[in-house]
Amino acid sequence: MVEAVPPLPQEWDGPAFPKDEAPRRFLLGGLGSLFIQMAERSFCLSIKEVMIMQKQMKAEEAVQKIQSGDTLMVGGFGLVGAPLTLIDELTRHDAGGLTVISNNLGEPGRGLGILLRQGKVKRAIGSYFTSNREVGDFYHQGKLEIQLLPQGTMSESIRAGGAGIGGYYTKTSAGTELAKGKEVREINGELYVLELPLKANVALVKAAKADTLGNLVYYKTARNFNPLMAAAADFVIAEADEIVEAGELSPEEIVTPHLFVDAIVESRLILSKEGVVSK
Amino acid sequence: MTRDSQMMIAKRAAAELQPHSVVNLGIGIPTLVAKYVESDLVYFHTENGMLGVQELRNEAEFDPSLVNAGKLPISEGIGASYFDSAESFGMIRGGHVDVAVLGALQVDEQGFIANWAIPGKNIMGVGGAMDLLSGAGKVIVTTNHTAKNGDPKIVHTCSYPITSLRKVDMIITELAVFTFEAGKLVLKELMPGVNLAEVREKTEAAFEISEQITAVR
Repeated sequence: MVEAVPPLPQEWDGPAFPKDEAPRRFLLGGLGSLFIQMAERSFCLSIKEVMIMQKQMKAEEAVQKIQSGDTLMVGGFGLVGAPLTLIDELTRHDAGGLTVISNNLGEPGRGLGILLRQGKVKRAIGSYFTSNREVGDFYHQGKLEIQLLPQGTMSESIRAGGAGIGGYYTKTSAGTELAKGKEVREINGELYVLELPLKANVALVKAAKADTLGNLVYYKTARNFNPLMAAAADFVIAEADEIVEAGELSPEEIVTPHLFVDAIVESRLILSKEGVVSK
Repeated sequence: MTRDSQMMIAKRAAAELQPHSVVNLGIGIPTLVAKYVESDLVYFHTENGMLGVQELRNEAEFDPSLVNAGKLPISEGIGASYFDSAESFGMIRGGHVDVAVLGALQVDEQGFIANWAIPGKNIMGVGGAMDLLSGAGKVIVTTNHTAKNGDPKIVHTCSYPITSLRKVDMIITELAVFTFEAGKLVLKELMPGVNLAEVREKTEAAFEISEQITAVR
């Protein structure tokens, strides 16, 4: 409603359109800044309000951020906690040669398994690909590179990537085939393996609820890798079953604070008792 | 491997779990252990992010977003909590999980375990196996005594790739219970109706026989 114009916040008192728009343009990209200008001119919205609106978008808009050759992180333990709507959207998005960091690579022809069949995945980094036998077939035909990591190492490397840690030593895998080629160091009489951080261009995560700022809460064991991945990518797209107004989530219950999240999409596909269904 | 012998193994493993302990159960026979734990004070951890796992009691409780590491449906016990994968594995590696009950492809007479890869086949999954070995307080192996083709699984030296430099503490099969004492494999108990000759025949590893050998109750 145009009549209910909110007063401009204190910091924007004075010039209605601050002169220093350049930095904001840089932050939000060309389209974003055009949108801000249009919104500010037509509705007199404050920059904060525009940025909130900016995060909520359609799945097809959000996945435009993904380009050929990108590294993606995709949350989920099997289908539990997987961003099913965004994965579905990705199957229609024209980007290939992807490196996918995800615990599994879906199931044959389901979830990330569809992307594999489409030949869009160049490299997979995960802990357990046994649930999709096609991963082995693609690997043998030379169509897929694989990097297998212990699940604890994979999750800690993602955490390190998001927390600005350059690497860490873990006992896990020391003395095994998975430690081949990695630096090993003795600490307090035990062998540890150097592991490096994992980062991505884009992360696709699944939350139960998001607020319009991008704060996220999760549901039961659907949390798994999602909060870690939300911290470890340049651009983070969160899909949520429900999107509520900022202020509706209790600050105590928020697991992923909004500063990690760039885009919010409402789920179209969900995991139900009957399997994956449209919401 | 009959269902009965799996149950027997699970029941014996359950007797090892002390009240107030935190226990991680692997996939297969280990998952069955929860059915035989009598104390309400044993807390089950699952590496995909939950402490306080409870068996699914009825169909109505089924929630597709609540699963264990084997992706089987579970339910929430009193005092349960959820956490992300990094925190979950921090609990494991950091020594906060008291007992891990795991399956095995092979265990050797020194206590090394192989339970993640078969030579010559694609190595496509490791999951949490290596992390559990590196950090759990006590590792109990529950397994059938021999492979499907009759090959011994308790061997001199693992021919399959080992999972960790850390050694296991106990082996429970449908025939016997072994522990490691001063680095040596020791036969402690025989399952009902099993004689020593059968255990010797089906075990490749050298083992000592405990002076207090007993029958499993």
